[in-house]
Formats: sequence, structure tokens, C-alpha cells
Amino acid sequence: MKLLIKGGRVVDPAAGINGENDILVEDGKISAVGNNLSVSGTAGGAETIDAAGKLVLPGLIDMHVHLREPGFEAKETIATGTRAAAMGGFTGVACMPNTNPVIDSRALVEFINSRAASEGLVNVYPIGAVTKGSKGEELAEIGDMKLAGAVGISDDGHPVMNAQLMRLAMEYAGMFGLPVISHCEDLNLVADGVMHEGYQSTVYGLKGITRAAEETMVARDIILAELTGARLHIAHISTAGSVDLVRMAKKRGLNITAEATPHHFSLTDEAVGNYDTATKVNPPLRGEEDVEAVREGLRDGTIDVIATDHAPHAVEEKDVEFNYAPFGIVGLETAVGLSFRELVEPGILTVEDLVMKMSVNPARILGLVKGTLKPGADADITIIDPDLKEKVDISRFETKGKNSPFGGWELKGLPVATIVGGRVVMRDRRLWQENDKIRNTSGG
Amino acid sequence: MGLKHKDLLGIQDLSSEEIRLILETAEPMKDIIRRQIKKVPTLRGKAVINLFYEPSTRTRTSFELAGKYMSADTINISTSTSSVVKGESLRDTAKTLEVMGADIVIIRHSAAGAPHILSKYISASVINAGDGFHEHPTQALLDMFTIKEKKGRIDGLKVAVVGDILHSRVARSNIWGFTKMGAEVRVIGPSTLLPPGIEKLGVTPYTSIEEGLSGVDVIMVLRIQLERQQKGLFPTIREYARLFGVTPERAGLARPDALIMHPGPMNRGVEISPEVADSMQSVINEQVTNGVAVRMALLYLLAGGGSPHEIID
Repeated sequence: MKLLIKGGRVVDPAAGINGENDILVEDGKISAVGNNLSVSGTAGGAETIDAAGKLVLPGLIDMHVHLREPGFEAKETIATGTRAAAMGGFTGVACMPNTNPVIDSRALVEFINSRAASEGLVNVYPIGAVTKGSKGEELAEIGDMKLAGAVGISDDGHPVMNAQLMRLAMEYAGMFGLPVISHCEDLNLVADGVMHEGYQSTVYGLKGITRAAEETMVARDIILAELTGARLHIAHISTAGSVDLVRMAKKRGLNITAEATPHHFSLTDEAVGNYDTATKVNPPLRGEEDVEAVREGLRDGTIDVIATDHAPHAVEEKDVEFNYAPFGIVGLETAVGLSFRELVEPGILTVEDLVMKMSVNPARILGLVKGTLKPGADADITIIDPDLKEKVDISRFETKGKNSPFGGWELKGLPVATIVGGRVVMRDRRLWQENDKIRNTSGG
Repeated sequence: MGLKHKDLLGIQDLSSEEIRLILETAEPMKDIIRRQIKKVPTLRGKAVINLFYEPSTRTRTSFELAGKYMSADTINISTSTSSVVKGESLRDTAKTLEVMGADIVIIRHSAAGAPHILSKYISASVINAGDGFHEHPTQALLDMFTIKEKKGRIDGLKVAVVGDILHSRVARSNIWGFTKMGAEVRVIGPSTLLPPGIEKLGVTPYTSIEEGLSGVDVIMVLRIQLERQQKGLFPTIREYARLFGVTPERAGLARPDALIMHPGPMNRGVEISPEVADSMQSVINEQVTNGVAVRMALLYLLAGGGSPHEIID
């Protein structure tokens, strides 16, 4: 089976390519990149995608996703979550372990892998828990999980409050070269806060979450990373102070990386509006100066990765009083459009930068042999139409979670094809089924 | 003119003209309360539902009487005896009340924004009777009515609100109301109970009660809740009373004719000395009476009433 992608602008920073090229895919791998490639000599079974005017990129990887399976299948499953990923232009997602049970052992990592193999539309990379049950009491079997295929460890959603335990986790994970992904939040400072602490929380009468809840933990983890030499990755950075701390740490040469979500670079706490629970997220939507700092951090390279923290919830769970609603925003299907609208369009990032932050860097941090279109690489490819406009229609989301504050937003720059291991899983803004392919090839 | 909104969710949403209309409408209502036969037919055939998710004596009774004095059919639902204990969502409860024909739903809830959810799902008018730390608009309206009655005006007065501003819906509604009506508002309390960004609401914060009370026309004392001390926001009730209790000496720093107000229920000897609560300057009991009048005015206006003169007979 061959696939020829013709005439697109290939942006592959790892190969130093940024220009019009054809890409030939054979047996799930990239077989050639160049001009005027053809599939002559193949007797049928070859498919051509005309990519003129489109961006052809190494497959995007979202390194922070909640697929909710096992245990919370009403919110999302590996099947629905990876369908959403395919729609969003992602060829791979790393899934967080805060399921039920928590992914804290080889058996559970293997469960994710096997479900992903049978149900998943895109690649799924499991992240294991730092501590057993993410209870913050004793280390999980990190080594065994690594052997089973875990790409990182994190107690996302349940920050490791015990500094000694975090230190041990960093030292131990270092043995396997696994990144420690830290959800930085001091739970005592959070107390029962539900939104950013500031003028808006005062007006709404909602309990605030101070910036310091995040920043004290970012500082702690940076210090522990320096002590242990660990590969620390700071998840969903949300405040100007956190961006500064990471910037300083990088200047000192520490092996630290950080990610930001589309909602944290697109929205402020004013979006909470009329107690809209779709804006309730952790860390919370912050102030204007924080959004500016996150954007600047993305621009100057302090923030390495754009990740969604895709956190689906059932409709009835969010359709309640603001205080009672769970935290989380779905992000897989809006991430590319928001990145173009908020970062590429205003000139904060180039398309090349975007590829670094959504493909090359996540692959490097998670130790994946991905993020390039060099011949021989896996044929994970995302094609984006930079001129395509669409209004966000939440009712059409593939994810089970409809908790997005972006409904009705006009986005320009959208994925039009997602190819995983040479297999087209999304094309022309809809999921691509096996019979679609047959119809396409036989009908020309 | 009438009110521009179907609901009363907060003072924040009201214009000063609307506030003035409600206060003016409350005046003839107060006359009705003073009559031997306290009943007018104005709201006959209207169903008014009190939906209280939190305990309340005065607010619930006040709304109930307000409805009854105007011949509305008033019903009380308290969550301990309702299907809420069976796990029904606010949305479904709202829908149920709507299809039974409620015209006005009055809601008290511990979660800020609960009245907003209700108003999203039902076409009946929604009155916020207190939601979390957010707003308690009818309390602010009755406070403004009381001040206007006693002082003849609100504009230009100095009003001090003393106590737990952080957790007080009364404080927020009062701040919106007083500032919209042209008063100069001060908030006084321990720094741990002053919310961030409060100055942006147009008030001046004080952590010294002596400074804050100096020369004011109105002292609004807020109830301090024991659970705040348990959360470590101040060391002891004793120290709070010592540093922030409104004693006769401190009340004496205000203007000699200053009004003493409290939304109730009071912790005598904690946030307010009994001598102050029972002093000649205290209008705490009148606040309660005025609460009924203001709520009658609101029910009337939200039910579609226009000029207050139609009500009298």
C-alpha cells in the first residue's frame, strides 16, 4: 500500500526542510521526500492526496490527555478520545494515569496498550503513576511500567505533596531516563478554590486559587530537579511567575521542560462570565498578564510544548453549580485552530515553531522516535489547511466531553488529514473509515 | 417604567434608576404592612416559590409574608424535605417547578451562581435570596431603603461595612448598591478576610476599625462565622472581638447620628456589643420590617407591575 502526498509545504525542522515537496509513504514508513515523486510502477492500491496550499507536518503529538479509560467511560474512552485526536490532527497522545484504577503497574500499562491496539485510532502512549494509586505515599513500580511501555510518570491531578517522595521519584525515574511530569499545585494553598484568585473571583463570590499555589511547587520541583538531575517536565504552566521560574532554571542549564495549554494562552478569568462551568479548569484561567507571559514563554522557547490537558467530563457532571462542577476543558479538537489563531496569526510562533512544540519536542521529551518525516520514519503525518475557516461546533465533537469554552469561536488553520503509520484516519474534516478508502481509490 | 430584567440575580446588574424604582415602590408597601388588615389582592393567582437550599429564618419568612400580604400563593421548599436529598440536580428541580406553573422562584443556595443556573432554565422570574459568597440583593435593597428612610438620601453618605468581607454576599451586594447610589464605602476587617481586588469595586479597605469608623454616617456590622476561625483565617473569636468588635467607644468615632445596622443573625459580644445593638442609633429591627416591604415591591415589579400607585387599593 502506497500513499503519495503531493505538492504540500513540508515543514520538518528535524530534517531542515521547509518548502514544497512530495512525500511518498510505503508500508507505513516514509520512503521518499522530494519534488515530482510519482507512484508509477505500482499497479493500483496507491492513493494520492493533493496537498497544494497545505502544510504537511510530522504527526502532532499531544503529550497531556485524559482518555478516562478504565473507570470513567461515561466521560471518554480510548476509542472516542483517539477519534477526537484524529479529528484534531494528532497522530499520537500520551494519556494520564488518573483513571480508576490508577495506572500504577505493568498490568495496567499493558491494559492501555492492548485497548489502544484494538480501539485506538491514533498512537497512545501511556504515562504511569509516580506513586501507588497516586496517593502520594509510596513509589509505584516505575521500572516495570517503563519496561511495559510507559513513556513518563506523573501523579497528574494529585500533586505529590511530600517533597522527599518527589525527590525519590526523580532519582528513581532518572535511572530509566523517564521524564517526571509534574502537576504543580500546593493543595494547601488551593484549599477549595475553584477559579483564579483576583478581582473576578471577588466579584463572583467564588473561592480563588492564588498563583502562588502553582509557583511554590514549580520552584520546589526545579530545586529538586537540580538536586537529582532528573528530567522534569512542568505540566500546564499558567502563571507569569511560573514562566519566569522555568526561564531562570533553563538559563542555569537545568534539564527542565514545560508545556502550556491552548486555553491558558487564549482565555483569561473573565471568561468565567455567567458561571460558565466549561471554563472551570485546573490550573484556572488566569489574568491578562499571565496569558501574555505564557505567550512570551512560548515565543522565547521557555515553554517547549503545547499540550491540551484534554479533560472530558459527562454533560450532566458539568451542568451543575460552578462549585460542584469538576475541573477540565476538552482540547483535542480545537488545539490546532487555537494555536493558529492565537499564536501563528499574530506572529508569536512560526509554523516551524509550532511543529517543534506540537511534534518534535513532545517526541523528544517522551523518548519517542517520532517528530520527523525523514525517509525511514514512521509515516505519522498531519496535513493542515492554513486558510480553512470553521466555527467551533461543540455538538459535532468526537470526544464525549462537550466541556469547551470555545463554542462558536471562528478558527482558521485546521487539520484536514491525519495519517497514522501510513493509514489515513481523518481526511477533509471527517473520520476516514475503511470503506471510504476503498471508495476513494476505486472511484479515482 | 418597570424593571429591565426578568430576574433579580444581583445588585451588580441593576442601574441606579432601577434601584430607585424598587425603593420608591417599597414605600406604599410599607404602609400596607402597617395596616390592621395586611392584605391586598395585587398578586392573586400568582405562584411564588421559596426554594431554600440553606437554612434561613428571616429571609424566607420575609419573602413568604411579602407574597401572602399581596395574595400570592406562596410555597416553601426546603432541601431537607425535597427531592434534592434524592440527588435531583438544580436543573431538574428548576424544570419541575416551571412546569407546575411557578411565576416567581426565590432561591437561597450555598453555591455562588446557582440562581443564574435557575434563570437559564426557567422562564419564571428568579430572585436571588443569597448565593454563596456572591450576592444577597434583597438584603442590600432593604439596607438602602432603611438608610434612605432615616437619612433622606444615600448619595454622599459615608458607609462602613465591618467584618468578614471575603465570605460575605451581603457585603458584595451592599458595595454594589451603595456605590451605585453615590455613597462613599469603606470596608473594615482583618487582612485575611478582605478579598483580593476589593479596591477595584470602588471601596477603601481598612484594617484598623478606629480609622475606618471615623466620621462615618452608617456602620454596617457583618456576622462573623465561627467556621472561619476554624479554617485559621484569624486566631480566636476572642481576638476578633477585641480587634474588630463594634463597641460603644468605637461606634462613638462615627458621626453622632450614625446608623447602626446588622443583617442578622447577630453574635452579641463578638462582632457587636449588646449596648450598640440595642442603642438609640440601632435600626436593626427596622431593617427586618423594611425587608418585607422591599420584597413586596420586588415581587410586584417582577410580576409586571408598573407605577406603585396602582397597588394601594
